[in-house]
Amino acid sequence: MAETIMPKVNLPEAKMNSSASGVPLIEIEQLSLFYGASKALKDISLNLDEKIVTAFIGPSGCGKSTLLRCLNRMNDLIDNVRIEGSVKIGGHDIYDAAVDVIELRKRVGMVFQKSNPFPKSIYENVAYGLRLHGKQNKTELGGLIEQSLRGAALWDEVKDRLHSSALGLSGGQQQRLCIARAIAIKPEIILMDEPASALDPIATARVEELILELKKDYTIVIVTHNMQQAARISDQTAFFYLGELVEFGATGKIFTNPAKKQTEDYVTGRFG
Amino acid sequence: MNTITPPEYLPEKPSAQGRHFRAEKFDFWSFCFSGLTGLATLFILGILAVILLNILINGWRGLSWHFISTIPKKDFFDVNTTGVLPMIVGTTIRVFVMTIFVLPVGVITAIYLTEYAPNTSIVTRVIRAAVNNLAGVPSIVFGLFGLGFFINFVGKNLDTLFHNPGAVWGQPALIWAALTLAVMTLPVVIVATEESLKAIPPGLREASLALGATKLETILKVVLPQALPGIMTGGILAVSRAAGEVAPILFTGVAYYMASLPTHLTDQFMDLGYQIFVLSTQSPNIDQTRPILYATVLVLLILTFALNIVAIFIRARVRKKLRALG
Amino acid sequence: MENHFETGLDTLKQKLLTMASHAENAVNQSVQALVQRDLDLAMRVKEDDRVIDQFEVEIDDLVIQLLTKAPLATNLRLVTVAMKISQNLERIGDEATKIAKRARDLAQEPPIKATLDLPRMAGLALDMLKASLDAFVNRDSAAARAIIPRDKEVDALNKQIHNVLVQHMVENPDTIARCLHWMVASKSLERIADHATNIAEDVVYLWEAQDIRHTGAKNPVVPA
Repeated sequence: MAETIMPKVNLPEAKMNSSASGVPLIEIEQLSLFYGASKALKDISLNLDEKIVTAFIGPSGCGKSTLLRCLNRMNDLIDNVRIEGSVKIGGHDIYDAAVDVIELRKRVGMVFQKSNPFPKSIYENVAYGLRLHGKQNKTELGGLIEQSLRGAALWDEVKDRLHSSALGLSGGQQQRLCIARAIAIKPEIILMDEPASALDPIATARVEELILELKKDYTIVIVTHNMQQAARISDQTAFFYLGELVEFGATGKIFTNPAKKQTEDYVTGRFG
Repeated sequence: MNTITPPEYLPEKPSAQGRHFRAEKFDFWSFCFSGLTGLATLFILGILAVILLNILINGWRGLSWHFISTIPKKDFFDVNTTGVLPMIVGTTIRVFVMTIFVLPVGVITAIYLTEYAPNTSIVTRVIRAAVNNLAGVPSIVFGLFGLGFFINFVGKNLDTLFHNPGAVWGQPALIWAALTLAVMTLPVVIVATEESLKAIPPGLREASLALGATKLETILKVVLPQALPGIMTGGILAVSRAAGEVAPILFTGVAYYMASLPTHLTDQFMDLGYQIFVLSTQSPNIDQTRPILYATVLVLLILTFALNIVAIFIRARVRKKLRALG
Repeated sequence: MENHFETGLDTLKQKLLTMASHAENAVNQSVQALVQRDLDLAMRVKEDDRVIDQFEVEIDDLVIQLLTKAPLATNLRLVTVAMKISQNLERIGDEATKIAKRARDLAQEPPIKATLDLPRMAGLALDMLKASLDAFVNRDSAAARAIIPRDKEVDALNKQIHNVLVQHMVENPDTIARCLHWMVASKSLERIADHATNIAEDVVYLWEAQDIRHTGAKNPVVPA
C-alpha cells in the first residue's frame, strides 16, 4: 500500500482518565492481515489498557510483530498487505481513510529490535522528531531534548557530548537513545519490538527498569520472545500462535496458571 | 550427591595435551595462484607506467606557462605561438555544465527506482533495462543522437519559439554537448546512486517513518545525506569519463578553431581531446607537431587528474563530516 | 530430544517419593516398636531419621538449582510444592522419631493396663499420607481434597486416647510417667496426620492452582 497524501484529520485526544488502568486505550476487533493470499493474522480481538505494559509472546512467526506493526500502520509500507477488521485507538479506527498516518505515528511511537539511531549527533537524533512536528526554537528544543534523555535514563551519560556521533555509543546506550528519540515527541503509546534482544544482560536490565519507569506516563506494548522478561516487566500478556490469539490475561496468571494447554506447553518450554 | 552428575556413558573427551600444531605445509597451487595475481598486478601497473612515463617524458618539454595560458592563432601547429587555453576552458566548462544536468536527473531517477518504484512492476523493469542498455551505447551514437535530437529538434524549435533570425540554438553549442555527455554518463550516476542508497540499512528509514516523517522527508533528511559520498562517487566517475570523450562532442559543439574563449551556452568551444585528434591527423609536419601533441596529452591528463582530485577531496570532506556528527 | 529440565523434574519427583516411603516406614516402625515394646526397632527408627533429613537437604538443593532455570506455570508450582512437601515429610520423620523415643522409654518399664487405639490412629494417619502422595503422583486433586476432612477423625481419636489416659492417670498415679509418654506418642501421630493434610493441600494447589489453606471450611467438593 503506497502512502496516500490525505487531508489532515486529527484524531481527537483519547478520552483518558489518566489514573485508570482498566480503561482500554487500544481496541483491536476481528483484525485479520493478509500478505497477498496468505492470512498472517486471524481475527484477532484484544483490548489493551492504558498506562500498563502489555507483552506479546509466542514462537517465531506467530504474528506478534506483525500485530504490533499494525498499531502504528507500519505495515502500510509493505506491498501487498491487506487489513480486515478494525484497530481503534482512543475510540477511533486508525485504518479509517480519513486518518493522517503522520499524526498517528506521532501518537504511537516505536522502538525497534536492532537499535537504529541516525548517523548524526545525539542531539540531532532526539531533535529529529521534534523538528518534524514543528519545534524550531533552539531553547525549547534544548529543554525538550534534555527532558527526553532524562526520561530515557541517558542524560547523565551523554550530557557532555551531545554533539558527538550517536554511533559512538554502546549498544545499550543506542537503544536508550532510540527510546529517548521516541518519547521526545510525547506519544501516548510506545510500541517495542524485542527492544533488548540484541543487548547484553546488564544493558537489558537497564532497559527493563526504564520500561517500568516509563509505564507511569505511557502505554507500552512490547513484543518479546523472552518469557522471563515478559514475566518481569509486563502487567498483561497475550500469547499468539500461528497468527491467532490463544490466550490473554494478567501476566501473573499466564505464567503461573495459564488457562489453555497450548499456553502451558509454550510457557513450560514443551514447544516453540 | 548435591549436584546432578552427567551419566556415565558419555565418552571421554580427547585431551589437548600432547598435540602440537605442525608448521604450515607448502601448498604449490596456492603459491602459483598468489604468484599469478602478483604478476597480473605488475603487468597492469607496468602498462600504466609505460604510458604515463612516455607521455610525461615527451610532453614535459612542451609544457610551459605560455603554453597553458595562450589562445593560439589559427595555425596552432606553430610551436612558438601555440597555446591550449581555449581547450582547457572548453573541456572544463562542458564537464561542469554536464555535471549540473546529470547529477540531479541521475539522483532523482535512482531515488525513484530505489525508494518508490514497486519492485515487481513492469514499468520498473523497463526503466532498469533502459538504464542498462544506455550504458552500452557507443559514444559516437550519442554524438549523432545529440545532433539529431538536441540540435536539430530542440534547438531548431527553440529558435522558432524565440523568433530568432538565424540559428542560435539550432546549431552546435556548449549546452548541447554538455547535455549529450549528460545523457551518456547518466547510467553511471544512476548506478552509483542506487548502490549508495541500497547500502543504507532499511532500519534508518523505518525509524524516521515511525517518528512521523513522510517518505519525502525521510529521503531528504536521512537517506540522501547518508548517500552523499556515494552520489559524489558517481559524479566523479561521470566526470572522469566525460573529460576524455571526443565522439559525443564531435557534432554537438566542438570547433576546429575559435579565436576567443566561449562565453555563452550557445557558443562553440575547443576541446583538448579533439585537439589531440586534430594534431595527430591534420598536421603538415608531424615531427614539428609531436612536442605540441604530447604536451596537449599531458595537459589533458593533468586536467582530468585535477578534476578528480578536487571531487575526491570534496567527497572526503563530506564523509568526514558525516562520520563526526550530524 | 531429551528435555533436560523435565529430567530434573523427574529426579525431584523420585527423590520426593523415596523420601516419602522412608517417612512411611519410620511411622510404621515407630508405632510397631511402641506397641511391641521393641527397643532395637526404636533405636533403628531414630538412626534412620538421619536419612530423611538428608533427603530434605538434597531436595531443597535440587529445588534451588531448578529455580535458577526460571520454571513457569505447572513446573513452577511443582518445584515450590516439592520443597514444602519435603519439609512436611521431614517433620513426619521427626514425629516418628519422637514416637520411637517414647517407645524406647516405655519398653524399659512395665506396660500399663490401658487399651489405647494407637495402631488404628497410626493406620489412619498412614493412609492419609499414602493417599496424598498418590494424589501427587496421579495428578488427582479431587482425591487430595478428600483427604482433608479425614484429619477430624484422627483428631477425635487423639482426644479419645487423651481422655482414656487422663482417666487412667487419675486412677493409677504411679503410671503417670508412662501415661505421659503415651500421650506424647498419640500427639505425635495426630501431628503426623496434620502434616499429611498439609501435603494434601499442597497437592491441591499444585494441580488446581488453588490455595485452599486456612479457608476454615475444608470443602471436599471440587469447585465447578
